[in-house]
Amino acid sequence: MTGTLIEPTIKSRPVYGTLTPQPGKDHLFIADAEGAAAILDLAEAAPADFFAGAQIVFIPRETGAFYLDRLKALHPAQYYEGPSIAAALPRLRQTLATARMGLMLYLAGTEGLIGQAMQAALEAGIDHMSIETEHRGSLARRVQCVHCKGITEDVTTQPVTCSHCGLLLLVRDHYSRRIAAFQGVCVNAEDRSEIPPQEEIFR
Amino acid sequence: MSAGTTKLDVTVSDVVPVNDLVKRFHFRRADGGLLPTFSGGAHVVVEMRDGGTSRLNPYSLMSSPLDTSEYTISVRRDDVGRGGSLFMHGKVKPGDRMVVSYPVNLFSLDLRAKKHLLIAGGIGITPFMAQTAQLAAEGGNFELHYACRTASLFTYGDVLSERYGKRIHLYHDDRGEKIELDRLLAAQPLGTHLYICGPAPMIEWVRKTAAEAGWPSENVHFEHFAAPQPGLPFDVTLALSGKTIRVGEQQSLLEAIEAAGVDPPYLCRGGVCGQCETNVISCNGRFRHNDHWLSEEEHRSGRKIMPCVSRFEGSSLVLER
Repeated sequence: MTGTLIEPTIKSRPVYGTLTPQPGKDHLFIADAEGAAAILDLAEAAPADFFAGAQIVFIPRETGAFYLDRLKALHPAQYYEGPSIAAALPRLRQTLATARMGLMLYLAGTEGLIGQAMQAALEAGIDHMSIETEHRGSLARRVQCVHCKGITEDVTTQPVTCSHCGLLLLVRDHYSRRIAAFQGVCVNAEDRSEIPPQEEIFR
Repeated sequence: MSAGTTKLDVTVSDVVPVNDLVKRFHFRRADGGLLPTFSGGAHVVVEMRDGGTSRLNPYSLMSSPLDTSEYTISVRRDDVGRGGSLFMHGKVKPGDRMVVSYPVNLFSLDLRAKKHLLIAGGIGITPFMAQTAQLAAEGGNFELHYACRTASLFTYGDVLSERYGKRIHLYHDDRGEKIELDRLLAAQPLGTHLYICGPAPMIEWVRKTAAEAGWPSENVHFEHFAAPQPGLPFDVTLALSGKTIRVGEQQSLLEAIEAAGVDPPYLCRGGVCGQCETNVISCNGRFRHNDHWLSEEEHRSGRKIMPCVSRFEGSSLVLER
């Protein structure tokens, strides 16, 4: 199994690669759900002592216990399992705040996880081009409503109702690394009674 | 005309010997106005009209970017070079009128950095003179490690130490002092950017060590000092212009093309920016590639040349120019 191939549409729509072992001794992995499989695939190509200097932060989500034993069997220097992305982010920010140059960041899993971890990394001074990323699993999107600025997580439908202000939003490919979200714009601003059919397209 | 080749008429306002090998030149605008703003790391191309010979060499601006009343450059005398530095040292006097290009920056600071780690060797210190002035004024976090052969040739080592105190670390080669690079790189906070300017082997050493220590290339910036080197004269046919020209021993290919009245694009004249990249139509002989722009594969292919710094030895060369 390999990472999701995302067709590039507009320039701001992120595309992802395949996790590859990088030089250095300090490797930080952040993954959710199927992202664990990207770490396991990388491990097959990694040098013998690679995980001795690695930290894994994993949010299993719907995969439950499926990947846990295999991830722990990599014997990373540190292993953390969290209940949600939101719960793991403060820990990530703390790790980055005290980290030294030479730390390599690897992000794998859903776009929401990759985007939010990358946002924390950018704030810590890591260039987005130097982060290893691989998309696995759900294509659900994190969407910011351009009207109320509220963020709706795990959006799978087009259009979607903003979970904050209730407007019906067209989910665009326009993406913000700073906000870690796709842009949602009101789809029926002229006539609110016009309700386009809703399809589940981000699965 | 390409970007960055707009010219400025300047007057040499001062010439200051710094040590046995280095002189500093101060330029003011001939019309008395302010010079264009620039950022630390920028260079200007100085036109040297030496009798019938015209040389154009790039020099880093070393004055503070906060002061645009004058530009200053420091020139290290190169007794075996093409004569540009000898001309500056021997012939340029206060009051002379000269022409310099607008500043161009191919070695700028990344202002997103949490910290700037600057590494200089020898006369490679010059862009850092401007960058440290800029960073100090902005309250930027920086540290400079500067290696030189001897105390007497430590250009601006004393000035920097006086200005910035403990942020400046000097290493004398003749006292066996060495930059402890592994330890230095391992101790830097996340978000540090690394800048290197100095001799090619030093740049290679720092880049390689940083890459092996897990520094991403996005955080590593460097500037080669690749002044055009002299070499054997050679003939070139410019196919588009329909001209055949001779490149003299002390002339760069780019200067010879310009002397023939052809006006190719250029920016750095030091083999790094890529502006003057030229296609080779045919050749019989071997190239002396001195640039840092083309890939090794392109060098081997014999299909491209950077005329600002590279030369040719052989019986025929036809360029698409």
